[in-house]
Amino acid sequence: MKAVSDFNEQQDIALAQWGLERACDYGATAAEVLILSAEAINAGVRLGQVEKLKNSRERRFGLRVFVGQSSACASTSELEASGLKRFIEETVALARITARDPWAGLPSPELHPRAIPDLNLNDFACGLIAPEKALELARRAEKAALSFHPAITNSEGAEFNSSRHLVVFANSQGFTGAYQGTSYSLVVVPIARSDSSMQRDYWYTASRHFDGLDDPEQVGLTAAKRALRRLGARKIATTKVPVIFEPEIAAGLLRTLANAACGDALHTRASFLVDKLGEEIAAPTVTVVDDPLMPAALGSKPFDGEGVACKRKVVIERGRLVSYLLDSYSARKLGLVTTGNAARGVGSPPSPAPTNLYLEPGNYSPEQIVRSVKKGLLVTELIGFGVNLVTGDYSRGAAGFWIEEGEIAFPVEEITIAGNLKRMLLDIEMVGNDLQWRSSVASPTIKIAEMTVAGS
Amino acid sequence: MVNELTQPQSFFLERFGLSERVFEKVLDTALERKADYADLYFEWRSSEFISLENSMVNRTAKNVTQGCGVRVCAEDRTGYAYSDEITVERMRLAAETARLIADQSGGSRQPVAVGQLVPRHNLYALKTLPQEVPAADKVALLDQIDQVARRIDSRVKNVIASIATETKLVMIATSEGKLAADLQPLTRLNVTVIVEAGGNRQVGFFGGGGRVEYSYFLEEDRWRRYVAEATRQALVNLEAVDAPAGEMTVVLGPGWPGILLHEAVGHGLEADFNRKRASAFSDRIGQQVASPLCTVVDDGTLPNRRGSLNVDDEGTPTSRTVLIEKGVLRGYLQDRLNARLMKMPLTGNGRRESFAHMPMPRMTNTFMLAGDSDPEEIIRSVKYGIYAANFGGGQVDITSGKFVFSASEAYLIENGKLTRPIKGATLIGNGPDVLKRVSMVGNDLKLDEGIGTCGKNGQSVPVGVGLPTIRVDGLTVGGTHA
Repeated sequence: MKAVSDFNEQQDIALAQWGLERACDYGATAAEVLILSAEAINAGVRLGQVEKLKNSRERRFGLRVFVGQSSACASTSELEASGLKRFIEETVALARITARDPWAGLPSPELHPRAIPDLNLNDFACGLIAPEKALELARRAEKAALSFHPAITNSEGAEFNSSRHLVVFANSQGFTGAYQGTSYSLVVVPIARSDSSMQRDYWYTASRHFDGLDDPEQVGLTAAKRALRRLGARKIATTKVPVIFEPEIAAGLLRTLANAACGDALHTRASFLVDKLGEEIAAPTVTVVDDPLMPAALGSKPFDGEGVACKRKVVIERGRLVSYLLDSYSARKLGLVTTGNAARGVGSPPSPAPTNLYLEPGNYSPEQIVRSVKKGLLVTELIGFGVNLVTGDYSRGAAGFWIEEGEIAFPVEEITIAGNLKRMLLDIEMVGNDLQWRSSVASPTIKIAEMTVAGS
Repeated sequence: MVNELTQPQSFFLERFGLSERVFEKVLDTALERKADYADLYFEWRSSEFISLENSMVNRTAKNVTQGCGVRVCAEDRTGYAYSDEITVERMRLAAETARLIADQSGGSRQPVAVGQLVPRHNLYALKTLPQEVPAADKVALLDQIDQVARRIDSRVKNVIASIATETKLVMIATSEGKLAADLQPLTRLNVTVIVEAGGNRQVGFFGGGGRVEYSYFLEEDRWRRYVAEATRQALVNLEAVDAPAGEMTVVLGPGWPGILLHEAVGHGLEADFNRKRASAFSDRIGQQVASPLCTVVDDGTLPNRRGSLNVDDEGTPTSRTVLIEKGVLRGYLQDRLNARLMKMPLTGNGRRESFAHMPMPRMTNTFMLAGDSDPEEIIRSVKYGIYAANFGGGQVDITSGKFVFSASEAYLIENGKLTRPIKGATLIGNGPDVLKRVSMVGNDLKLDEGIGTCGKNGQSVPVGVGLPTIRVDGLTVGGTHA
């Protein structure tokens, strides 16, 4: 499997310009073209043997057109000229039947970056990882997991993925930008077994640069420990106790918070954070930042899905909601200015999303946080979709550990934790010092003063 | 366009200049090493999305994707490569990549001869494809939906509605010489209503569709029912009190609550997890895993259903598979790879999200057969518990068997009567255990409206579920009121 290095930035820029001209020929008053090229190799092993090998290549042409205040979005992978012309004409026609929306339009031209910052998102040296090497890395990680303990008897395998992409963006008000990126990840899913129970867990590492990955053995070991510690889990009686979220779980809570702080949820009044800008919505221990310009980070980008320059922003400052996450549409609608958070699939209109989002670390070690709890729950897994963004009602399936007198006592499962996000955010009484970047959203350990735990 | 699309096989052959000889050549390349099986998957998909919010149909989107994936299987190994450029050269490159998983030493092998057309069902032959209906008609319907919802109640503050239509053509050529092709239309209408009263804001949702004509939404005033239902649910939730917490009797209403089956047993019976002994149901065929009142089937052959297919994404005709018969575990859902390794028959459940994905065993329409009880009588039989009428999503941990699903409309049952609506809550249980607690099964089997999308290993496919009213003696309800 050879990495076919045929990304051609200049060619895509020329195609984008051609597309903009055609759109204007057909009557568009403004337009944007986004061309995304991607290539990936995924390699999987299971129980030491090759299980799967996958190679992919894609190049898609995305278009957003405006006819006055009406707009439409479209994408295609049929890139031959005559077909593309017809496609552009059809997209303009589609725009004509949509409603004139007073808030629609391209962002203000002065918001485009003057120069595209180099965020070190591309590992030029490593590129795609060849199948043999990728399989070997996956094999090493799985082996470390399988040999950790006799109870690790099975595995859903280990996977190493590498991908590279090129983003080319241009609009009819003269902005053109392009950037390339790579990403690498390794995940291991071991299964632990005892007489009475079978448990699976996982661990992973991900990075923009190959050298930024954790050692495969370390990943395997962590995955094995996580699966093993769940053996013998039991249900507990229904109660109200303090609940500690492990970093991965706390990051999930941040994602939920970010969704509620996104402009589209706000202007449709589908968020519990509607009309809360400037108010205390979380405990004073909570400061949340969205930073798209972190060098070499997984969520970084030099400009957003509308070509707006990205910038760092504090979302929650010591408990106070100080910024929403906005694209230019939701910003106009809310009477604010875009925060450069437009995310965009090739074929869908922009909508706001976080970039690199994190909760600033506090002063407590995770051990100190556990020790602070007399009786309570440490959550290490959440499942299900029991979050109502409109009301903040929160109820999800959980697994983790029961804490007695500041010590981990035994694993628990088949329970739920429930509360309301409005209350939960105000109840974050401790924030850990263990912030680690593993994906684009990261959090240290947090402790919530009280939630309802439902069990038997 | 219509004729071209309704002949999926000639569509691909003509559009991309392919022929059965090309397939044979590529498959021969794929099988050059010591492999058991290879196939080519071609896909062309056009989709359209039109949506309304804040009383404006201001978003329209149209996407066309196409691509070809080449798969090579050798023992339990799979090589897969795809490209969104459908040319003979790209297919050959993909075949050379996919075969890397096979051992070098080739076996002597007959050349592939493609040509045997697979018989398929005819479950969704439509006169007009939903996508061919002018977008302007859909815009007009969405506008009407907005007006109707706002007229129902002055507390309606926003309506978000969308119409999604899709035309998908697939063709599969296999190293066994089989050729299958299908045209798979899909459409869906979603209505979300946000209501506000005295600082309290609530949401209600309803939707439906399937492999049906666009006129389906207009027949029997179906769209009006969707609007009325979404609005009613939102208004009910304005009155909702905190849900109870703890283990109690739960009555599930008919239809969409069948998501219980999908999560609790469906995923656990997919063959891949069972071959790898990673499922809580591994090695349990023939065992009692549910109460004798429960018979659960997966049926991909129901006409016009969202989860139905004429052939699966490996070219196997879909079928009806009994998963649980009177409480006894009978079967797994198979794709080719797992059926071959487990030496079990194909069930037509090899599905994939797109050409960019490898197939795996997936559900189609999964439901429980009707029982004898009168639904009213089931509710009357409960002294204290909850009645769950509607759900959002669910999820399962296949290995531990723990599953959840989240109620979006539920009521307290007190002394055999529905009393107060309660706030949404997640229900959690243990897959191999929950159906043993089913003590009553209603005579009112209902399939869902056609809104299900199932995610597995990052791949989404449309599915259906169904359930009669059932009583479950003991499920943990994740409310806040302890």
